[in-house]
Amino acid sequence: MLEQFLQFLVTGVTVGSLYALVGLGFALIYNASDVVNFAQGEFVMLGAMTAIALLGAGLPLPLAAIAATLAAILVGLLLERFAIEPAQGASVVTTIIITIGAAIFLRGVALLLWGKDFHALPSFSGDAPIRLGGATVLPQSLWVLGVTVLLVGLVRAFFNRTLLGKALLACSFNRAAAQLVGINVRVMLRLAYGLSAGLGAIAGILIAPITFSSYEAGVMLGLKGFSAAIVGGIGNPMGAVAGGVLLGLLEALGAGLISSGYKDAIAFLFVLMVLFFEPTGLFGHKAAERV
Amino acid sequence: MKNLWQTTLAAVLLCASVSWASAAEPIKIGSVLTVTGPASFLGDPELKTLQMYVEDLNAKGGVKGRKLELIHYDTGGNAKDAVNFVKRLIKNDNVDLIVGGTTTGDTLAVIPDVEKEGIPFISLAGAVEIIEPVKKWVFKTPHTDRMAVAKIYEDLRKRGLTKVAIITGDGGFDKSGREQLLKLAPQYGVTLVADESYGNKDTDMTAQLTKIRSSDAQAIINFGLGQAPAIVTKNIKQLGITLPLYQSHGVASKTFIDLAGDAAEGVRLPAAALVVAEQLPDADPQKPVLLAYKNKYEAKHGPVSTFGGHAYDGLMIAVAAIQRAGGTDKAKVRDEIEKTQGFIGTGGVFNMTPQDHMGLTVDAFKLVEIRNGSWKIVQ
Repeated sequence: MLEQFLQFLVTGVTVGSLYALVGLGFALIYNASDVVNFAQGEFVMLGAMTAIALLGAGLPLPLAAIAATLAAILVGLLLERFAIEPAQGASVVTTIIITIGAAIFLRGVALLLWGKDFHALPSFSGDAPIRLGGATVLPQSLWVLGVTVLLVGLVRAFFNRTLLGKALLACSFNRAAAQLVGINVRVMLRLAYGLSAGLGAIAGILIAPITFSSYEAGVMLGLKGFSAAIVGGIGNPMGAVAGGVLLGLLEALGAGLISSGYKDAIAFLFVLMVLFFEPTGLFGHKAAERV
Repeated sequence: MKNLWQTTLAAVLLCASVSWASAAEPIKIGSVLTVTGPASFLGDPELKTLQMYVEDLNAKGGVKGRKLELIHYDTGGNAKDAVNFVKRLIKNDNVDLIVGGTTTGDTLAVIPDVEKEGIPFISLAGAVEIIEPVKKWVFKTPHTDRMAVAKIYEDLRKRGLTKVAIITGDGGFDKSGREQLLKLAPQYGVTLVADESYGNKDTDMTAQLTKIRSSDAQAIINFGLGQAPAIVTKNIKQLGITLPLYQSHGVASKTFIDLAGDAAEGVRLPAAALVVAEQLPDADPQKPVLLAYKNKYEAKHGPVSTFGGHAYDGLMIAVAAIQRAGGTDKAKVRDEIEKTQGFIGTGGVFNMTPQDHMGLTVDAFKLVEIRNGSWKIVQ
């Protein structure tokens, strides 16, 4: 029984870190413009699919991963330049709808490029499971965990320690004031889209050996990542991690101890409860009324 | 002026007589398929197959001297659209028969109209409900999930395994498969000791499998489509579970082996003969049909799938029936489809009767095992 429970915990944490990694990508764009980018899942998919395609074309894995990340960053920049920027001054809701449109477009392009099949990326360091007491974990899950921790640290440091990060935050707090103190809001936005596309792509490449990828893989991952981000408090990188791990644990424990048929219901109930009692998320800062 | 009139008249008459001679009415074959949407991996090869063979038959002079004309609509997996398109096929396009209905949902939705209008309808969807109870105008070519379950249970019996854990997804195919697993278990003396489920887009099933590991199951059966069965297969390996694993015919494609990698070794599943065409003994009457279809399809569209094969069977059964009926009289064609005997298709040898509008037996499935990254027939 203890052994079983341990496996549920391990499963929960590994699944959760995957959600957290995707959820992290939402933070950058949200912090820059208060917009939830619903094409974030598609960045994840693009990273994975491009890496798979490049690997298939004969590139070694590390090179394919780097090239795929760069390609996704480029797509993020193009998206900002040709879809978000022309709608400058539009309300947040309008911009969110634009990102939904962009997501559908990117999915369509991926469908044309790579077809409808699922594709896999080989695991970075083999498939031999590692034993932790009575539980087992795949080496790839450790990669996901490790990179999540690393990226969270980087994103946190970026927002708290660097001038660029603070400027980015300023854009979301008050765009006009940010402009007045000399921050180039337009460049900041491009930066936010480029970086979060890159984050998404890295997530996609790390996850692909575990979950596989297809043109529509971004939908589910984006949704789970988004749930993780709002549970933890969107915009807070630590929040995304906490939210993701909580969600993963709930799913695993729900499936293991109660019923696998109800595991999603349990997780969603939790998300609803959090939003009901703590609308800004568990770690979100209380929104101050702007006058 | 008079001269001009004469010339015109002559020209008109000439045109009329020419078109009279060449245009024996084409035979109109209607089709509703799910070419886009989540079930597109089924509908896409079906449409390609129909187009390819209609073209092919026309190049050979058509059927009974009449050309074939394929009229198809894409339902996108929406049953409501399927109903509208079938109405349009019958009332506006005046088709002679319908081959199609990629998914069980689409098919079941259009059956009332097909029955009311009285038009021969050959479905390409899986569920057994389509032909049970028998409907006068409705036929189907794909194997049913009940046959797949029976094939798996037969093999379990041969190996003397009686305690089984099942794990299924939350899609229509999965649920219908689970129902058959539950229903047929007593007949084969199988006890289900665990019954787990997962969402088809889940990324990890180790929690469910951990529960199965702690049960006293002697084998695991997974019914699902897409990437989920591959994740289940990998998770089983990760957890160090060594029980025999059975998958359904839903994963009988190369993609599954590619995704699951080494973990797929030793997995058994029921599959249509098309998957193992090359390995069949030369004496097998299906072999030439399978190879011909496979080569033709692959030359044009890449890797073959069993789903396109169902469309081939449907079209060829229809064409043969029209030939025997000597025309496209709907009632006669229906009767002839029902009399299909010994038709060798990609799905198996079809022997239809008034009680059986599919005409395949469990033997149409081959039990295959994955060895060294490819399929091997289990003897």
